Amino acid sequence: MSQATSPQSAAAMRRTLHADRVATGVLWAIGIFVVLILGAIILHFLLASIGTMSPSFLFGDPSDTTVGGIGPVLWNSVYVLVLTLLITVPLGLLGGIYMAEYAGQGRIPNIIRLSQELISSVPSIVVGLFGLALFVNATHWSFTALGGALALSVFNLPLLTRLTEQALRAVPRDERDGSLALGTTKWQTIRHVALPLAIPGILTGVILTAGRIFGEAAALIFTAGVATPSHYDFANLNITDPRSPWSPFHSATTLAVYIWAQNSEGLGQFVRQIADSSAAVLVIMVMIFNLGARGLGRVLQRRATGVS
Amino acid sequence: MAATATIERGPIDRVMTVRERIDPARRITLMASAIVLLLVLLLLVFIGLNGVQIFTSSGIPFAAVFNTQWLPGDQFVPGEVSFGIFPFIAGTLGVMFVAALMATPLSVGLAIYMAEVAPRWARSITQPSMEVFVGIPSVVWGWLGITILVPFLSHNLAGIGFSLGFSWFAGSLVLALMILPTITSIAYDAITSVPAEMRGASVALGTTRWQTIRHVVIPAALGGIATAVVLGMMRAAGEALAVQMVIGNRPVMPTSLTQPLTTLTAQITLDMGNTVGGTPWNQVLWTMGLVLLLISFGFVLLVRRLSRSRQVP
Amino acid sequence: MEIGKRIAAVAVAGALFVGACGGSGSSAPPSVAGPGSVAPGSVGAGGNCVAGSIIAGGSTALQPLVDAAQKAYTTGCTGTTISVQPGGSGTGLTQVLSGGFQIGNSDIFAEEKLQPADASQLVDHQVVRQGWVMVTHKGVTGVTTLTSDQATQIWTGAVTNWKDVGGPDLPIVLIIRPASSGTRATFKRIVLGGKNEAAGTALTEDSNGAVQTAVSTTPGATSVVGFTFYQSNTATLNALQLDGVTASVDNMGNGTYKLQAIGHMYTKGAADGLSKALTDYMLSPTVQNGLVKTMFYAPIGTGPAATPPVVVGPSSPAPASPSPS
Repeated sequence: MSQATSPQSAAAMRRTLHADRVATGVLWAIGIFVVLILGAIILHFLLASIGTMSPSFLFGDPSDTTVGGIGPVLWNSVYVLVLTLLITVPLGLLGGIYMAEYAGQGRIPNIIRLSQELISSVPSIVVGLFGLALFVNATHWSFTALGGALALSVFNLPLLTRLTEQALRAVPRDERDGSLALGTTKWQTIRHVALPLAIPGILTGVILTAGRIFGEAAALIFTAGVATPSHYDFANLNITDPRSPWSPFHSATTLAVYIWAQNSEGLGQFVRQIADSSAAVLVIMVMIFNLGARGLGRVLQRRATGVS
Repeated sequence: MAATATIERGPIDRVMTVRERIDPARRITLMASAIVLLLVLLLLVFIGLNGVQIFTSSGIPFAAVFNTQWLPGDQFVPGEVSFGIFPFIAGTLGVMFVAALMATPLSVGLAIYMAEVAPRWARSITQPSMEVFVGIPSVVWGWLGITILVPFLSHNLAGIGFSLGFSWFAGSLVLALMILPTITSIAYDAITSVPAEMRGASVALGTTRWQTIRHVVIPAALGGIATAVVLGMMRAAGEALAVQMVIGNRPVMPTSLTQPLTTLTAQITLDMGNTVGGTPWNQVLWTMGLVLLLISFGFVLLVRRLSRSRQVP
Repeated sequence: MEIGKRIAAVAVAGALFVGACGGSGSSAPPSVAGPGSVAPGSVGAGGNCVAGSIIAGGSTALQPLVDAAQKAYTTGCTGTTISVQPGGSGTGLTQVLSGGFQIGNSDIFAEEKLQPADASQLVDHQVVRQGWVMVTHKGVTGVTTLTSDQATQIWTGAVTNWKDVGGPDLPIVLIIRPASSGTRATFKRIVLGGKNEAAGTALTEDSNGAVQTAVSTTPGATSVVGFTFYQSNTATLNALQLDGVTASVDNMGNGTYKLQAIGHMYTKGAADGLSKALTDYMLSPTVQNGLVKTMFYAPIGTGPAATPPVVVGPSSPAPASPSPS
């Protein structure tokens, strides 16, 4: 059988190669295009915040007559974040341990997995409504940071549980077998072998979810409220006093909600600058969380396992 | 002794011993993970109970809520006042589908690029970019939409109908940008999990890279790609603030891409603060929330069905 | 474990950092609150500080005034906290009924939204008159006043081009509030005489800020914004007279400017303690002649209390229901 390239097959081959080159070009273009969009967005906000961004903006108090600052709002964002993590990390850790170590393919684990997926799918505004019904109205707390943190826990908990589960599953079998061969119980193995090895992955996951919580707005508008004291006295350590910034029982506008509130009812002439700069801060924080999580994960991985 | 619990497949496939059953560590961690179950039930109960108040406690007939006329009033007068929620359901589905249409080619292309074409240095740029992209909060997208996209449309494209700027198109475009990283990362996972043997077999036949991608990799990853698109749509359907800032919130059935429309999430945001709890107007918002909840649960079940059908041999 | 020590070190550093920022935050000069804010140390509660902590919330139109008033009142009072929340008149009424707020700020009468059984639980404190002003995009030149008739024709969709009312040849773009908004209800009642707006061709935006953004970027747009809000945005919006009367504090006070409504502060049952102190303070001459005017509201005046223009009757067929939790 002749293997010579007939004119038709030569043409077909040229077409195929041509198609390959075109496809490669298109794919490269898509890749560059998307990265450029992201770069443009970040650049846009950085440029828009020139002139407004300064330490006094970041840590100062809001003002109606000047540009003012976002200090209390930034504090609220951090506070709600920490509170949410305090609630969800222990529970998520324990839940993930169960799913990775004790659960099999039985009915209960399957129902739990289904529940995790269901909760993760709920839109954040519905979570906000749920929070409104439960943590604002039913408990008569009105709008509080605690209510906001609890609402955020609703969709953060399944996320953390799944992250812990994945991190634990990634721990090599040999490590566990070695531990069991020494005669330890299952819990001792988990606690002293599997968990420490999984911590880099868990930590990375926690930081990534922190980025998401930081930017959350829809759920917080109905639970943590849209007003905030104009000045925080950090020396007031009495956590039962709603005026204290350390108390969870006052309304807590976070940065993302603040941007939305500025767009809605911002009275000053500086709404655009405040919102643009706040958005820049948000985007930068998200970048810090994401890239920081990556870097931290890699560093910890190298230390814990000796491989990079 | 069967101490070789294979973690990858879960505990040993036999009945638990008594010691295992009463293991306190197991119990505690089981309770912690079962909280999720409790949350689902609580969600259904609270949103469900509030969502049916309009029928049970205010006595509004079904026909007044399941229709296309949104003519709300503080007092229900049959014939004049109607709490029809179809415009919002149609709007939500409309922006969702168009957003998916816009985002999918770009996302899948990007996923293919990252998985098959990009050299290592390019991957080390695109992967963090995707993670940052997905982290951009929705208010920021909404703010971008209202400060840049909407004026651009109303000033430059007024000729083709975008005289208002606020439109279905604007809403879908903003959503498409938001769901792009979601679809990309899941599609990327699907594509990279196509086994190397299949690619190897294709290359051994003398195909080009694009032929391999097009005829082998994509069909094999199709289930995962479909899952990715559905998850992206889910995120689009649930988005509230960004959408509400740019769609113009016109409470009628969607007519054209260049015209404003409304969605379930936008209307809840608009009316929640102005209505009083216990009134039909407020109760219908909870009903909209319930509809959203059911839509998202429906999506989850759909995704499960799709993942089950996706079998890579 | 070395990792643990590292994490602890980072945590301590973080705490110190936050402490330092907090310190610098609290030692920053007190923020200048707003036009008409009372300087710290001057007449606030006047030595009559009532201790306690309350939340007054609801109407976004009243929020700036109530916030400025509470800042003035609590100056020098250490045991007193008043938190002012926005959220809308509806939220204000809902929360004051359920006990979440101690005072519910509202642009509308409770009887306009609530069933009689619920409305009767609330006590109305009418504290101020607030106005709204019709505005247009800056490009709508040549139109400085609209009669109620012209406004009605525009807003019901009978007139669709600015040239029919003396303006340029530009299609009119209506930007409307959601149907549930008190602003829209007031405008409809006073200017449109109860006729329905052309909602099917309008854009809906729910807040002053969103309206201002929409109007300032959409050629031919027109809408209604709060008078206080307008004062901060005169550069981007074009105000219209109503029936030849300019919107101003004086014209609102003497009744010649019609597009105004009463600002209410509702309490569940009679006001007592700090709530009473705040409502009394709002009605005091210090506020009525001071803050109210400098923030572009009008004093409530000395006439008889206004009554609801519209009352929601008992609903049929189901009995009146308490608000669901």
